[in-house]
Amino acid sequence: MPDYAWPDAEHRTLIGKRISRVDSPAKVSGQAKYTYDVHRPGMLYGKVLRSPYAHAKLVSVDTSAAEKMPGVKAVHIVQGPGSTIHWEGDEIVAVAAVDELAAEDAVRAIKVEYQQLPYLVTDTEPPQGSAEGQGPLSMDDIDDMLDNQVPSQQMVNQIQQYGITAKPSEDTLKGLKSDGATDAVLDAIRAAAVHPDAGSRPKSNYQKSAAQTLGDPDKAFAEAEVVSEGLYGVPLITHCCLESHGSISEWTDADHLFTHISTQNVSGIPGQMAEPLKTPASNIRVHQDHVGGGFGSKFSPDRWGIFTAQISKKADGKPVRIMLERAAELKVAGARPSAYARVKVGAKKDGTVVAWQSLSWGTGGPGGGGMPPIPYVFAVPNQRKEHTAIRNNIGPARAWRAPNHPQAAVLTMCALDDLAAKLNMDPVEFFGKNLDMAKPRQNIYREELAIAADLMGWKQKWHPRRQNQSGMVRGVGVSFHTWGGRGHASDCDLTIHPDGSVELKLGSQDLGTGTRTCILIVAAETLGLPIEAIQLQIGDTIYPPSGGSGGSTTIGGVSSSTRRAAVDARDSLFAQVAPALNAQPDQLECVNGRIGVKGDSSRSLSWKEACSKLGAMPLTVRGKNPDKSKPPDLTNSGVGGVQMAEVEVDTETGVVRVTKMVAVQDCGLIIDLKTAESQCYGALIMGISYSLFEEKIMDPGTGRMLNPDMQFYRLAGLSDIPELVVKMMTGKGYDERGVIGLGEPPVISPGAAISNAVANAIGVRVPFLPLTPDRVLAVLGQKAGA
Amino acid sequence: MRPFEYVSPSSRAQAVSLLGTAWGNTEILAGGTDLLALMKDDVVAPKRLINIKEIKDLRGVSLSAQGLRVGALTTLGDLADDANVKKNYPVLAEALIEAASPQIRNLATLGGNLCQRPRCWYFRNGLGLLPKDETGRELVAAGENRYHAILGNDGPAKFVSPSTVVPVLIAYGAMVRIEGPKGKRELPLEKFFVIPRTDSEREHDLRPNEVITEVLVPPATGVKAAHYEIRQREAFDWPLALAAVALKMSGSKVQTARVVLGYVAPVPWPSPEAEQTLQGQPVNEESAQKAAEAALQHATPLSSNGYKVQLARVALKRAILKAAHRGAA
Repeated sequence: MPDYAWPDAEHRTLIGKRISRVDSPAKVSGQAKYTYDVHRPGMLYGKVLRSPYAHAKLVSVDTSAAEKMPGVKAVHIVQGPGSTIHWEGDEIVAVAAVDELAAEDAVRAIKVEYQQLPYLVTDTEPPQGSAEGQGPLSMDDIDDMLDNQVPSQQMVNQIQQYGITAKPSEDTLKGLKSDGATDAVLDAIRAAAVHPDAGSRPKSNYQKSAAQTLGDPDKAFAEAEVVSEGLYGVPLITHCCLESHGSISEWTDADHLFTHISTQNVSGIPGQMAEPLKTPASNIRVHQDHVGGGFGSKFSPDRWGIFTAQISKKADGKPVRIMLERAAELKVAGARPSAYARVKVGAKKDGTVVAWQSLSWGTGGPGGGGMPPIPYVFAVPNQRKEHTAIRNNIGPARAWRAPNHPQAAVLTMCALDDLAAKLNMDPVEFFGKNLDMAKPRQNIYREELAIAADLMGWKQKWHPRRQNQSGMVRGVGVSFHTWGGRGHASDCDLTIHPDGSVELKLGSQDLGTGTRTCILIVAAETLGLPIEAIQLQIGDTIYPPSGGSGGSTTIGGVSSSTRRAAVDARDSLFAQVAPALNAQPDQLECVNGRIGVKGDSSRSLSWKEACSKLGAMPLTVRGKNPDKSKPPDLTNSGVGGVQMAEVEVDTETGVVRVTKMVAVQDCGLIIDLKTAESQCYGALIMGISYSLFEEKIMDPGTGRMLNPDMQFYRLAGLSDIPELVVKMMTGKGYDERGVIGLGEPPVISPGAAISNAVANAIGVRVPFLPLTPDRVLAVLGQKAGA
Repeated sequence: MRPFEYVSPSSRAQAVSLLGTAWGNTEILAGGTDLLALMKDDVVAPKRLINIKEIKDLRGVSLSAQGLRVGALTTLGDLADDANVKKNYPVLAEALIEAASPQIRNLATLGGNLCQRPRCWYFRNGLGLLPKDETGRELVAAGENRYHAILGNDGPAKFVSPSTVVPVLIAYGAMVRIEGPKGKRELPLEKFFVIPRTDSEREHDLRPNEVITEVLVPPATGVKAAHYEIRQREAFDWPLALAAVALKMSGSKVQTARVVLGYVAPVPWPSPEAEQTLQGQPVNEESAQKAAEAALQHATPLSSNGYKVQLARVALKRAILKAAHRGAA
């Protein structure tokens, strides 16, 4: 059996080193082409008529004038009369024309009559008694739960408890599976009680889920020596991808579609387009070279990706381009659900946390959404939790980098930090004391916490909270996080040509995270070649399928499949070369571009000479992940990270500046230390942005988003970014766990760490992110006009 | 795109003759950094665009005994880089640098900066400058007004005047020259800005068929000036409140003061109350705080912008202290 295991530290020449991204030159010189840059010959431009209302019924849609306008090639009704609109910006009609301006004119010429309906665009605390129990679930409800990343077990519980409104067909179940439903959820649906009448009654905006309890919270609170209560929350934010969502689709003949799409999920797109387009997935080709941000919002072709292809068909197969405008990107292409909670926590005098109680609420748009996994990281032994999901008209939610975890971190770590303050304990000591509740990673956290404290200079910087602060004040805060990150399914083909050239193909994508670089590092390390000696092709469905890049699953998937392919290719090559070196294949090694006999430097061939022994035909092998036939498992799951923030607060203005952040993170065996660190830097920047600035602001009077632009949907700029210190945990205890994903974990903690630092600085909690001057001044007691 | 006429006159008189008599039909195109974005977003839809960039005598910066003369077409970047401006009006140069990113400064003109439309998100989202719903209810007062006016907001206008440069120019005592069909006129810059009461009015005194030709700034010898912006981001951002101050000192005491607040009202907001409070006083924390309180004593915050009262006070206090601590130009 070939040895697929990762080489040990002494035998690594590339893995774990700091290696620059292979695509950096193309990106900084502008040669890298994004979907947004794609302009096909004869391409038509699509524009979309969007609803100005957050909730309305379409009475009539008249496209006759638009159809007659010069330059208009196709008009496609997305939602016709009788349809109900559930958010501002929802698609009604799409138009394709010879240029953008003609398409815009045509959109303006469409007449739509709306019957406006009552809407809700706030997510403030549900009024007492407003929430109703969840009724039986429709398949749409279940789809909404999947969209909102409700954990599988929670879905199963709800399905078992409330039943369903109608028995679904196996096709529908198949659809749910492709949307991410686990087998446990599908089994629960099959076994669920059916309550057909309940589906027709109107639903309340507020849906309370059943209280969950663990241990004996009443007793634990009664016995607790210190109890802290507080209000915490995270608002709705958007993904704000700098490259907006969209695609360019063309029918190359009557049956074959070619789509350029901005996606995190190249291999997974055809399967999602097949049914709506009534075209076999095998006839749909998808291509993407680079993507300008997805953050969890680009796994699907989206409704607009489907109708782009439908319009192309109406326009004789001509390429049709629909890339969302900035406003649409911010209104309809995804948002991170909000989460708020009134939390009560109890501890013994020595700081041991004994009880947790939370009344939480939040919205993920029309689907409502689930409860974040609270208490987070720390498994408090006695708990009572109730959650109310608000179904409203703020637009659809999507997975946002580490779905539900940043919210859970804020609700948990801020509540616990307030408890530490009430106990007069240094949070590092307090959290450290409770780390036994963070099983099974308590030892990793302990090690990381000490390193983080050292890198932050915590001992010098932390001070007990002080009241009535004035002038400029500083404070520090800490937070903990966790994530899975096991590698996804990935196939790759590695070909060695007789001339010595090597190519590697897989239908993966590089989100800008360094995936290309990491794949090349693994292949080059295994074959003893420099990175430049290998041609890598990704981003196309003509290559072997590889999973979508979400949930930190890519690095584990592609590195494992590449390793297996490279080991098999290497061993096949050894078999062909061995006779020429008068040796057995298992005596051979490949290092520094040569294949030779281990321990005998006199017997070796250059890589090129060795490959010539292949004869006329190239050698191609398929590598797979997972592959139980080729152990060991090269990927793993489960990481822990600790972050600290230092802030400076102007107590007169309420302006918060982050002055330093420290991220200490493990992710198993690191393939490229430089791109791993870069992931953390990016996450800290994104974290500062959502902690201080980002918020999807909805107008109660019109139901519209008021800041669908880059001036009032604020993102952190360069000068808002302070010193960032990143420490990746490597070596013994980490490397041997295998490769684990890193995309999500470092973005989870910044909100909690920064909020805790502000509380430390000003002596009082600012309940909700973002930590804007109005919110800070409000808690500092500055009264309007005083 | 909605069709429109595009004309490119080469003289002021030609430009004036091409302008219409009602707002909305014609728009002047200079740097275009604001207008083109508004047109693309379908917030404005002029029938005729008059490009004035070919009118050569609307450019240039010159300094004389009478002060600074700035042609309306001078870009913010050129004005900020002008040696005379840096030396004699350093606070103006600072305000210009902070007003926008380099790309915008290289295109945006001073005349355009005076005439840029408010950043109010109701206006920018096509709901109107004085937004109301179908029932006539004012949207801002009942809606999201965290960035809106805390002074001068008793009428339907709740937006804030958008220029971050204008308060400094007013503090320096700038005048604006305007040319129209009836000839030339000149008025103090603070009188140029007006609070619209109806949808047919704009945020300034310019008639639809007039053109700003130049801005004049009197000599600032002996003037201690400063401006202070409070903004959420360190990176380029619209301020939450700002203040500009110009002090003439007599010994250690204030002889006269000009105090102008920005981002607090539908117009740049001079504060005679603060000016009077400062007069004859030494500048210190206490007198600056008193002036700041005087300036905001009549503030009328909306439902969610009460914090701006505090921010405006702090901006003014800090501007006064900053001005006093810097040397006179």
